[in-house]
Amino acid sequence: MARTITYQQAINEALDQEMANDPSVILMGEDIVGGSGADGEMDAWGGPLGITKGLYTKYGDRVMDTPITESAFIGAAVGAAASGLRPVAELMFSDFMGVCFDQIYNQAAKFRYMFGGKAETPVVIRTMYGAGIRAAAQHSQSPYSIFTHVPGLKVIVPSNPYDAKGLLIQAIRDNDPVVCFEHKSLYQSEGGVPEESYTIPFGEANVVREGGDVTIIALGLMVNRSLEAAEALAADGIECEVIDPRTTSPLDDETILESVENTGRAVIVDEASPRCNMATDISALIAQQAFGALEAPIEMVTPPHTPVPFAGSLEDLYVPDATKIETAVRRVAGYSR
Amino acid sequence: MSDQDIHRLTMPKWGLTMTSGTVVKWLREEGDEVAQGDELVEVETEKIASAVEASSAGVLQRCIANEGDTVSVGGLLGVIAGAGIPSEQIDRVVEKFAVAFVPDETAISAAGPSTQRVVVGERSLRYLKLGDNESPISENPPALLLHGFGGDLNNWLFNIEPLSAGHSVYALDLPGHGESSRDVGDGSIGAFAAAVIGFMDAMDIHAAHLVGHSFGGAVATHIALAEPGRVTSISLIASAGLGPEINTGFIDGFVAAERRGALRDELGKLFADPALVTRRLVDDVLKFKRIDGVTEALRQTATGLVTDGLQAPGYRNRLHEIAAPIQVIWGQADGIIPVSHAAGLAGSVRTTIIPRAGHMPMMEAAGEVNSALADFMDRATG
Repeated sequence: MARTITYQQAINEALDQEMANDPSVILMGEDIVGGSGADGEMDAWGGPLGITKGLYTKYGDRVMDTPITESAFIGAAVGAAASGLRPVAELMFSDFMGVCFDQIYNQAAKFRYMFGGKAETPVVIRTMYGAGIRAAAQHSQSPYSIFTHVPGLKVIVPSNPYDAKGLLIQAIRDNDPVVCFEHKSLYQSEGGVPEESYTIPFGEANVVREGGDVTIIALGLMVNRSLEAAEALAADGIECEVIDPRTTSPLDDETILESVENTGRAVIVDEASPRCNMATDISALIAQQAFGALEAPIEMVTPPHTPVPFAGSLEDLYVPDATKIETAVRRVAGYSR
Repeated sequence: MSDQDIHRLTMPKWGLTMTSGTVVKWLREEGDEVAQGDELVEVETEKIASAVEASSAGVLQRCIANEGDTVSVGGLLGVIAGAGIPSEQIDRVVEKFAVAFVPDETAISAAGPSTQRVVVGERSLRYLKLGDNESPISENPPALLLHGFGGDLNNWLFNIEPLSAGHSVYALDLPGHGESSRDVGDGSIGAFAAAVIGFMDAMDIHAAHLVGHSFGGAVATHIALAEPGRVTSISLIASAGLGPEINTGFIDGFVAAERRGALRDELGKLFADPALVTRRLVDDVLKFKRIDGVTEALRQTATGLVTDGLQAPGYRNRLHEIAAPIQVIWGQADGIIPVSHAAGLAGSVRTTIIPRAGHMPMMEAAGEVNSALADFMDRATG
């Protein structure tokens, strides 16, 4: 039965239901038990964000607090996956991927290929991304395009509670390594989510809003901002189709191209740094495969090529907002040769 | 001539949650002579697209709403009036309406009536109840709506409210469907009939007007045969159980469809006009199909519906055993169960064939189906 819960509760529910469903599912991460490893009350909080709250009480040692060393516990999770478990590792900030990149990029992503299909690595790495909370340059990045670049990894970027639960359950059941990017500012967002378990297949974009004038492609938090822009534009008679790819690897080329074939105009909104990000990738896809349909240059709305600023006034300028999206849409909508 | 001869064409309310509709296309032009029932303008809601029909004959004097406009329920779309009525008089009526029209705030703010749940045996069943016209119960039994294979109570979204004017209406999610428990037992029609009877017991419904669509029609017929005392009348819409043929390609394809494109193609087979299948409808069905256990429940249900490529339930030659009045409603363009199954039934069976409708006449031709149902139930109750 569908009821309204938060993004954070949807993730907790996905973990809970899959742990109940499959005894090989385990959780690993820093302080995810929520007692800081002390003798006192365990599960008092449930991770730095409270996302795993209640799971230690239910599943005991299947929820493991790890030392503060990403290289060790992400490596352990990858190894556990290769030997039969289905670990879900929580990597607090995606910015910390640097220290465990080998384990993800050169080990987990390659096992199936290097061992001739005989090895599977069903590991899920859940991680927090995104700017907007004054967390400064080392805790605010959006590095999903880096992982999208790596063959052998699957990358999901859920933008709402319904997608978060369905994509995460699919990720846990998937036999390949999956990196799940959760935007900090989405955890408290609410939406309708069925109580029962369900899955959303990877590589299927969600058409969040239908419209015939301009196609906006956006991920994660940027989906909401694009919808905000689309509503404002609709008042002026510009109808935007908003597409949320939901997963960047695999990417649903078809839905994007189909929409651009119809509108002839595309704006891609991406919170990642502007070089070699999802916006440039999708832009290349459109330019190559829907060139004939284009009636205006493709617009990309991204932050500038700089680390995420700490100063609040600068950070607000850095992250794409509805106004910037609106401006870009007006530019392509008004373009004529 | 008085203003009474000037007829307003307004945005209809299709379904419980509809608050506005978007004008897609005018199908007729200003100045056209129109007959009552002619399709005049195509309107799209977030759930479905359909055509608004002329409520009276005359000349389409004004197309007020432009293509692309979103109009509140009850808002003015156009004007039909006799050929001789002066233009100024029509303008006055339009002006008066524009000043007086206030969108129904309750309709706009309400998310629609909410569904409820009841536990019957091991199962939790979801249902929607509308109207409170059942006391004294024996004199005006409620209507109980049973959806088809793969459907849910929302299949009746265009019917529940209109029917509730005269009767209490219950719409049920059958086991394995909608948000009811996934357990479908052995998947036989009998198992579903037992679940429905259990629901009637739990709701204290002694007898009901059963309205069954497709698979739900077979369930309704089974109940009428097994428990005749519980059935006041029975209305079968594009029903299973009345002949051997059924589009098994649809059943298999619907169960197997995992992605939007494949499912859209299958859902298109349900309608005379496949363009009625909106993305929202496809997304809603996909969300249902992706829940754990649903595909298995559908597969099991299909075994109760189809054997060796033909329909498993066969009630055609047993209809005469049913004492309660029976009516059959079918869309001429049904692509799932052929309309020929509506022919050659016992003489007492009232038959309505609806042109330009497919397997979902209660959605595609809601107005006609609603009047057929209401009228039939009124007669059956006397």
